[in-house]
Amino acid sequence: MRAVVTVSGTDRKGVVAQVSAFLADNGINIEDVSQTVLGGQFAMVMVVDIPESGKTLALLSEEARRLGEEIGMSIGLRHADIFTAMHNV
Amino acid sequence: MFTKNQVFETIEMVEKEHLDIRTVTMGVSLLPCIRETAEKTAEAVYDRVMKKAERLVPTADAISAEYGIPIVNKRVSVTPVSLVTAAFPEESAAVGRALDRAARELGVDFLGGYSALVHKGTAEYEEKFLRTIPEVLATTQRLCSSVNVGSSRSGINMDAVRAMGEIVKETASLTADSGGIGCCKLVTFCNAVEDNPFMAGAFHGVGEADTVINVGVSGPGVVRHALSFCPDADLTDAAELIKKTAFKITRVGQLIAREASARLGARFGIVDLSLAPTPARGDSVAHILEELGLSVVGMHGTTAALAMLNDAVKKGGVMASSRVGGLSGAFIPVSEDIGMIESAEAGNISIDKLEAMTSVCSVGLDMIAIPGDTPATTVSAMIADEAAIGMINNKTTAVRVIPVPGKSVGDVVEFGGLLGRAPVMPVHSGDASKFIGRGGLIPAPIHSFKN
Repeated sequence: MRAVVTVSGTDRKGVVAQVSAFLADNGINIEDVSQTVLGGQFAMVMVVDIPESGKTLALLSEEARRLGEEIGMSIGLRHADIFTAMHNV
Repeated sequence: MFTKNQVFETIEMVEKEHLDIRTVTMGVSLLPCIRETAEKTAEAVYDRVMKKAERLVPTADAISAEYGIPIVNKRVSVTPVSLVTAAFPEESAAVGRALDRAARELGVDFLGGYSALVHKGTAEYEEKFLRTIPEVLATTQRLCSSVNVGSSRSGINMDAVRAMGEIVKETASLTADSGGIGCCKLVTFCNAVEDNPFMAGAFHGVGEADTVINVGVSGPGVVRHALSFCPDADLTDAAELIKKTAFKITRVGQLIAREASARLGARFGIVDLSLAPTPARGDSVAHILEELGLSVVGMHGTTAALAMLNDAVKKGGVMASSRVGGLSGAFIPVSEDIGMIESAEAGNISIDKLEAMTSVCSVGLDMIAIPGDTPATTVSAMIADEAAIGMINNKTTAVRVIPVPGKSVGDVVEFGGLLGRAPVMPVHSGDASKFIGRGGLIPAPIHSFKN
């Protein structure tokens, strides 16, 4: 299942590493990454592939949110279909 | 597929502009529940609703978590109860209470369908059913009631209009200790739709499949935010922008409706395109109209701005979903929209202006507090006016007014939550009792004969 991970907040060291480690620990493959820092604000979008056999998307989403709280960033993990539906005719 | 900016645009809509799925409503037919007694029918109704909607709330919550989009309300609509209790109408309350109990145990916030369709005439069993409404609404919490008194095809049943004025007043009286809140759960319609997911007017039409999922989207804040980026655009460009925004909002509704119906084993009914406000700041239809250039909603120009908004929302939404239905338009409830509340409190919007606005949008005079001593015949006359607008213009109109016991113009009544607060607005003081007392049927308009 394809999902989108979004990370935003004030830029600091180690964010990409911590988010990537969380994904790797859950067997999630990163398919695409786009990341920028503008005026000290960090923004990253990852398209990832979630294995069917692992945790549910709802649980992963909650764990990603909690990780965001721990590292002081806003992290979201959502089913990719919502973006595809909204932005494609 | 999508760009990084589009991803963040979606997230901003959800997190900052109140984009949400306002309701996932499961429609359930009660026709298989008719038994020989009220008691057995109530039991069968309870069992069927519990079984059909058993997984509604957890499924909607799971979808919400996975897609990262709030699903604010989970609701159930049922076949108009007057049809189910036709053999024992005086005992309809037993079914009403069974439905309320089911709603509470399922964890849905409202259940709609304590309803009757009397637009061409009121049968004896329906007359008796209607008279149970005040007591049932006063003794239940989550049950909603609606009555259809007119249609473009049949005309307006003025006997039912007269009855509904009295029923609204009695409902207010029986719930006087909570500001007449029973009236917040009672809608009188013309041209009621059978697949409306929004309360208080939702019911499951007899032409519907056994179990369906209807979804209502929302997002006034998203539309206003988009318009704020083009303050000098002409109205053609503004309409185009609203269309594009409505398309995006509706696509989310279509996705959620399809997913929910698949998981719940129900038929995908419709996506309702309505812009539904809440009392929260940033979630107001009135503020969209002000963003278009009106200093305050209710002034001259409001009807034109609303007409444009309503039409643009429909055009964008229809492109986005193959199954559009329900009410589909902009809602203008007074107590549930912070912009409307503030305009009404400042005396900048009148019931007459609201009535004019209802001719160009869905749905009608909605969530308006009026003086507690308003005569029943005046309430009936308000219903008749709205029904006439609906009948002539081939659209749904409705009246949900609250004659607040003991309150007069200038007072404010608090309902709390999504129902919000409402300043008591003045009504005209003339006497309509002779007109309403005539009864009979206002004939259908000539343009209804299309066959």
